Amino acid sequence: MHLGNYLGLLESSEQQLTKAFEHVARKHRDEPDIEQMCRKLSAWSREHRGRVLPFVAKYSEEKSDEPKDLRRDLFSEKRRGSLALLRDLHDLWLLTQEVQLCWTVIRQATLALRDEDLKAACAYCQPRTQRQTEWLLGRIKQAAPQTLLVAE
Amino acid sequence: MTENRDSILDIWGPRTPYFGEWPERVDERTTEEPDHWVQSACVLCSNGCGCDIGVKDGRIVGVRGRAVDRVNHGRLGPKGLHGWEANNSPDRLTTPLIRRNGQLVPATWDEAMGLLVAKSKELIEQHTSSSIGFYTSGQLFIEDYYTLGVLGKAGLGTPHMDGNTRLCTATAGAALKISFGTDGQAGSYADLDTTEAVLLVGHNMASQQTVLWTRILDRLAGPNPPRLVVIDPRRTFTAEQATVHLAPRAGTNVAVLNGLLRLLIENGHVDYDFIENHTVGFEELVKTVGKWTPERVEALTGVPAGQLQAAAQILGTCRTLVSTVLQGVYQSMQGTAAAVQVNNINLLRGLIGSEGNAILQMNGQPTSQNTRECGADGDLPGFRNWDNPAHIYELARLWNVHPDKIPHWAPPTHAMQIWRYCETGSIKLLWIQATNPVVSMPELGRIRKILEQKGLLVVVQDAFLTETAQLADIVLPAALWGEKTGTFTNTDRTVHISHKAVEPPGQARADFDIFLDYARRMDFRDQDGAPLIKWDTPEEAFEAWKACSKGRPCDYSGLSYARLSAGSGIQWPCNEEHPNGAAHLYPDHQFNTHADYCESYGYDLVTGAETSPEAYRAHDPNGRARLLAADYEVPHEQPDADFPLWFTTGRVVYHFHTRTKTGRARALQQAAPEAFVQLAAEDAARYDIAEGDLVEVASRRGRATAPARIGGIEPGLVFMPFHYGAWGQAADAPARAANELTLTEWDPVSKQPHFKYAAVRIRKTNA
Repeated sequence: MHLGNYLGLLESSEQQLTKAFEHVARKHRDEPDIEQMCRKLSAWSREHRGRVLPFVAKYSEEKSDEPKDLRRDLFSEKRRGSLALLRDLHDLWLLTQEVQLCWTVIRQATLALRDEDLKAACAYCQPRTQRQTEWLLGRIKQAAPQTLLVAE
Repeated sequence: MTENRDSILDIWGPRTPYFGEWPERVDERTTEEPDHWVQSACVLCSNGCGCDIGVKDGRIVGVRGRAVDRVNHGRLGPKGLHGWEANNSPDRLTTPLIRRNGQLVPATWDEAMGLLVAKSKELIEQHTSSSIGFYTSGQLFIEDYYTLGVLGKAGLGTPHMDGNTRLCTATAGAALKISFGTDGQAGSYADLDTTEAVLLVGHNMASQQTVLWTRILDRLAGPNPPRLVVIDPRRTFTAEQATVHLAPRAGTNVAVLNGLLRLLIENGHVDYDFIENHTVGFEELVKTVGKWTPERVEALTGVPAGQLQAAAQILGTCRTLVSTVLQGVYQSMQGTAAAVQVNNINLLRGLIGSEGNAILQMNGQPTSQNTRECGADGDLPGFRNWDNPAHIYELARLWNVHPDKIPHWAPPTHAMQIWRYCETGSIKLLWIQATNPVVSMPELGRIRKILEQKGLLVVVQDAFLTETAQLADIVLPAALWGEKTGTFTNTDRTVHISHKAVEPPGQARADFDIFLDYARRMDFRDQDGAPLIKWDTPEEAFEAWKACSKGRPCDYSGLSYARLSAGSGIQWPCNEEHPNGAAHLYPDHQFNTHADYCESYGYDLVTGAETSPEAYRAHDPNGRARLLAADYEVPHEQPDADFPLWFTTGRVVYHFHTRTKTGRARALQQAAPEAFVQLAAEDAARYDIAEGDLVEVASRRGRATAPARIGGIEPGLVFMPFHYGAWGQAADAPARAANELTLTEWDPVSKQPHFKYAAVRIRKTNA
């Protein structure tokens, strides 16, 4: 059974997303809405990871050390100026996709497994991951024209 | 010379007790006998009282209420009776000014407009029209806003147009869109004439809309008086009349409202037929409010459980209910979420769309309704949906431009983001009209810095050299109310005409003429090469707006200058179906939520993310109202060891906005000449502060100093009025503007800034 493997992947992805939201909140604290919202959404991912941990322990017989730290390849420290915000939101969006897909895969398995507790965790967390994605997408759409066409 | 009541001493005037038909009482104040009267309506709050302007020898000499008007039945408040004096003020701007070598010096209109147009063209060439932003007002007329909306959206094609209405009324619009599909108040002021109960949430009506409050006082003095539930952390004039007054801690509105909703459900005081047939979202709402027991509400908000139950009993058993909401909700943490919960109270009870039932998501300014309707703020004209291509095509056809000329790739930029783009340098020209952000925006130190920034051309269009105009590069002198003709709409959808009574001073021009001049000089054209803006007079602009509004909820097509001038205020929608206007929207409980018709596809109340068209269509409410639930969230800044007190801001009855007009009316200025710091007796004792002592209030962002006023407020909370800036102060006096202290952050949905909470510390400075 590879469920433990995937739960590990999910747990790690939520942790990376937690840190990434915090990183963006700190880096862009001059953008008041970015700072506040990224802190809030970071807390969501922290909570999700907490919900996942017991299942990682429960299904831990075969845990993989994946994924590589995706975050290392994202969020280049060198980014400066107005493009940095757009690129950082872009990378956050990519990370939420990783988390979203993990939840989808695990939810499929959970339905077949009939683990009611894990099913409840999926039902709670997955829509919130979707809401993280939607906020990022909206903010990216708003920032894109001004950043690409007007800002220096 | 007539003054038939002293509105300074007796703000609301003598009682005319009633039930059913509000008696007339004509208030009048003139300083000389007018040689003629000119029809108008008051612009010193969002109430929109019909009035006539008295004119003698080409000067305004007074006003009187219009007895025939449905809004005020002849009454006027202290601001209305006195505020007109500002028109005659000797310090009116009478000529354009241009900054040369650091000094603002007089210039001709040709020089000022020539410079503005040359700079606009240069910026468009180098940086696209997205380098130009507009920060307009809630004080102009329909004709001004619509012209501005068209020149911005279809002429320049910039998404950056919003107004100070973002500070006062954005949450009203957002909450109405969320619950009912589009903006527009469901009820009328006349619902107060018979209603059994009134719920006022964060709305100090007695000070804000004094004439509307008079209507309630007259009901309270008559047979079958309504019961009043007031939610406000201060013991305001309004709260003093309450049957039940709930005084929650700052930032806890959602918890109180969820507690009330829970009690309504638990007590069985909900209309299950209505909920089943006319709403969506009930189950989720039940789930969300379930944990807010009276005890839990008391622990968090400080509102005693028994009082919450008493309030719920009134709200649950009244057969008719008028609910009103204002800045105490809009400018607090979770503004939109809380405003929507007030809608939910009326919806759970099915009390909407009929006599005695209203939800008034109040406006702060006299014409902010029109900023929203006409597309001069972050909305599209006619309550159209920026995310619905069919709505964009309608506008493109109407204006005869290519649809992609109209910015619709994202929601129109909200004011707080416009200021942020100015700060980061991507907006390089900011045109401010009829508002004074250097006093009214949050965190004033930041606003001054932005306006002083090199590389930002600041254009200010105003009647006075305000704190903001003093920082401008170009100042355009504008005509005031009474010096130009136009129409505007109050909170309860009543449209008034205000005729030109006198000439503006010097070279001051009507805002409408300034916008037209800009459009002509910029040579904005439609697809066929004809001038984009096809009107030359306010009346022609009104006709164009009628065409734009036709078929939308705010349908003006049955109105005309002639009709408005023949009678008095008329409500929209006014069309073939409702030739005399409609007192209620949604009489059949069919709401404007159809996917093809709605103004917004909705929001996530927590993140503010907009729902996608696909997601909305998949669950099209199709005419049902939406019960959207929200759970309580902790405010972002809370008192701590360094800043141990809560801070909130608000108004005094004698002033409006930043006192630009009311500070120039002698009696109003004398009645409230100075800012103050209000604090509870307990806190005053702790800090050894006596009445009148100078108190410095400090936050992480700045300081403000004013004399102490003790009492009438919850312990732990400090209040300052937001009206007072540097104007009228001695040069060496310490800053006294409340907004030196406030936070730069905003509601995720409506983007309205949070003026109603911050953490501060205080100290006595005249020891």
